[in-house]
Amino acid sequence: MSNRRPYVRSMDGWWRRDAYFVRYMAREVTAVFVAAYAVVLLFGLVRLGQGKEAYEAWLQYLKTPWMLVFHLIVLAVFCYHTWSWFNIMPKTMPIIFVGGKRLQPGTITGTGLAASVVACLAVLFIVRGMS
Amino acid sequence: MADTEKIIEIQVLRYRPEQDKEPVLQSYKVPFTDDMSVLQGLQYIKDFLDGTVSFRWSCRMAICGSCGMMIDGKPKLSCKTFLREYYPQGLQVEALAHLPIERDLMVSVEDFVTKLESIKPYIIPKEERTLEQGEYLQTPQQRDMYEQFSSCINCMLCYAACPQYGLNPKFTGPGILALLHRYNADSRDGGQAERNELGYADEGFWGCTAVGYCSEVCPKGVDPANAINQNKMNSAINYFTRFVTPGGAGK
Repeated sequence: MSNRRPYVRSMDGWWRRDAYFVRYMAREVTAVFVAAYAVVLLFGLVRLGQGKEAYEAWLQYLKTPWMLVFHLIVLAVFCYHTWSWFNIMPKTMPIIFVGGKRLQPGTITGTGLAASVVACLAVLFIVRGMS
Repeated sequence: MADTEKIIEIQVLRYRPEQDKEPVLQSYKVPFTDDMSVLQGLQYIKDFLDGTVSFRWSCRMAICGSCGMMIDGKPKLSCKTFLREYYPQGLQVEALAHLPIERDLMVSVEDFVTKLESIKPYIIPKEERTLEQGEYLQTPQQRDMYEQFSSCINCMLCYAACPQYGLNPKFTGPGILALLHRYNADSRDGGQAERNELGYADEGFWGCTAVGYCSEVCPKGVDPANAINQNKMNSAINYFTRFVTPGGAGK
């Protein structure tokens, strides 16, 4: 007779077990903030469709203290979102050779971060130019 | 024993299926020197303190992949981890996470071995060559496409690092998907379609959520997260093109 009785451990609270998992969950949760901010922008689009007055009122609402605090939180979360996703980006790409040398993960992450900074600045300049 | 020898406390998570309902911690005081690995600490326990403690080991030099365990909660090879790093606070060792405990520090490898066999971990030649035709040639760059993935020693540390495998053991898992990619990425191989039936399935590449810890704990620098995630694009292309290529949807 066999005494085998393999014991399966519980996965309850698994993500609190290791700091690496906590960082992973933090990265995943940033997507919720991205979605939330998309709703804010979508709402602005709806207000724009309702006419100039409605749009101006929405812009004024964005300047209220609570919305400013919300924007600061979202900005911080977006920074972490950008960094954490470009940090994992090299894992999602095939092995690339440039001039016979393998493209290093740091280069891929750095290029992604640089591209996002350039994109942000470009949007900022375009908006400034229009207003 | 010399007076200068230090004593370290090793807590072992014991599980003896014939007497324990669930795993219990047992503490041992082990004299050690700076050159002793955690594995040597366990061997000391087995030889001098308690012969009933069970663990797997073989080569003692990080190539056989037998002695993986959780050391203070991190998946590590016990032969490649030194006791001195845990002095004076002591350390806790436990069987690899996410895998069923067979006994003490030994886990069941059945699931891993079954999955390993299923991905055909050998080269299926693209073109048959006779001995007279000579060897299958490959450029250094073609070799670089798979070489790091071929360093896997089947130690299963990446499975202990993968919460997706812990939550759903049907997921093929990091190590084996990395090996699947190792053969698929080999320029001499022609077995991609056969292997990708498993790779492109729900339990294959898509079971991964890019936690990335598997690549962090791998003692051989295999980078399973990269092997898996670079295939998601191929899988997505395959998913959409099979409807437009003749006979594609039947595959």
